[in-house]
Amino acid sequence: MPPVASPTTSLDVKADFPIFARRFDGRELIYLDSGATSQKPAVVIDALAEHLREHNANVHRGVYALAQEADAAYDGARRRVAAFVGASPRTTVFTKNVTEAINLLAYAWGRGGVAGRANVGPGDAILITQLEHHANIVPWQMLCRERGAQLRYLEVDERGELSLEQLDAELARGDVRLVAFAHVSNVLGTIVPVAAMCARIRAAGAVSLVDGAQAVPHMPVDVEAIGADFYAWTGHKALGPTGIGVLHGRAEVMEEMQPFMTGGDMISSVDFQSAEWNELPYKFEAGTPPIAEAVGLGAAVEYLSGLEMERVRAHELALTAYMLERLGEVPGLRVVGPPQAERRGGLASFTIEGIHPHDVAELADRGGVCIRAGHHCAQPLMRCLGVGATARASVGVYNEPADVDALVDALLAGRAVFGL
Amino acid sequence: MDDLYRDYILEHYKRPHNFGELEPHDLESHEHNPLCGDELGVHITVKDGRIEDLKFHGHGCAISQASASIASEELIGMELDEVGELDADWMIELLGIPVSATRRKCALLNLKVVRGAVTGDNAWPA
Repeated sequence: MPPVASPTTSLDVKADFPIFARRFDGRELIYLDSGATSQKPAVVIDALAEHLREHNANVHRGVYALAQEADAAYDGARRRVAAFVGASPRTTVFTKNVTEAINLLAYAWGRGGVAGRANVGPGDAILITQLEHHANIVPWQMLCRERGAQLRYLEVDERGELSLEQLDAELARGDVRLVAFAHVSNVLGTIVPVAAMCARIRAAGAVSLVDGAQAVPHMPVDVEAIGADFYAWTGHKALGPTGIGVLHGRAEVMEEMQPFMTGGDMISSVDFQSAEWNELPYKFEAGTPPIAEAVGLGAAVEYLSGLEMERVRAHELALTAYMLERLGEVPGLRVVGPPQAERRGGLASFTIEGIHPHDVAELADRGGVCIRAGHHCAQPLMRCLGVGATARASVGVYNEPADVDALVDALLAGRAVFGL
Repeated sequence: MDDLYRDYILEHYKRPHNFGELEPHDLESHEHNPLCGDELGVHITVKDGRIEDLKFHGHGCAISQASASIASEELIGMELDEVGELDADWMIELLGIPVSATRRKCALLNLKVVRGAVTGDNAWPA
């Protein structure tokens, strides 16, 4: 096969990320696991450290100057994070991660009701898809089991795509109360038509939840334009720290919801037997929130905004197209998911005949390349694909075509180790 | 020569010994490694308090398949009481390669399954 020319990509920012100065046995770090977590730019690390050094106090309680600085930093971070995806700060809740955001909804909305009618009960259905991460499956299994409701799935076809016709058919049954789905599949990379789905779900009188963990760090996302009732994403995949996730919601739905966790900060008043809830978004943030993490995430979205998300997407699209093309040079390698790079986020899951994915990842590491192997917390999807596991390479803003070359070299060398 | 993927490891991976089903069997167990989704089951026949025959089945990485294949040679003929005493060090030593912390469960899955079948204790071997 003729060698594929390296593409010109629109970003050159590896130097902004201190971890790439590290050497492993003298080798550079080739990081192709951003789908699991992203590396952090110096501006995020510095913002976290500066907050802890200079502005640390608890929020929403103190009257002294330092506490006011902490308040300003936390509330400022919320405004930045909300603005980054076109959401309102009032309906932007900080959680621990996407898992907690989905659980919040499954409890606070799923176990709740409006005007004496339970949101989910016997005869009702929750609709999710075969693409989902366990975080967007198990909370709904628990809810449906508890409430006597049905959990149904939209199917994924052999190209890794969902069908709007099947969604229409499911909604036409009249029993669907909530539809939850990923914006970008963490296994197949499929970009799901979220705006079209949310419009149909709204028209059917159901609630929509989009899991944007694999989308927000990689492409322009406007939750208002998407029209989702709820949209969740996580900080650590978006160049920010671990321990902070985000749930954007629609105010009318959130106002009707009871709190998820209860305790300090989420109340307006408490007497011995009862309490009244604080206003949005504080009603859903019990206890001392992840203050430094919010500041770090605020710095991360500011950094991403500076790069411009259209350019981030163009950069990662060029890398993904190059990766799909070059992976084709490895004999016995099969990529799962949409064949066209434009239909994908920045990742490729694959298998190599004769080498188990865990061994593929181990052999890639021999070449200094970090990729993931396993079921990617999506066991039902793996069953649909008829594989136990895959290896997955995923890109971020800091990757460059040479990283893809290193992966392909490592895979070819790995085949030789296995005598293939 | 690769430290981990030695020739005999790859040979056992590609052509594992004592793999398949055993019908009828006296003991059986089935386990999966939750980290990677790998699955391994075992069928065992018992005679005079010893493992008379044993067959593994399932799918997994080179380390887990080779470990099961290599262990099977030692396990056949072993007294059941002795099987209950086998620990992680026994398996790692038998395997004869440096196993990193992340691949340890791959190497120990077969022993977990066999001990589960023989003793009912399906904890990870310590």
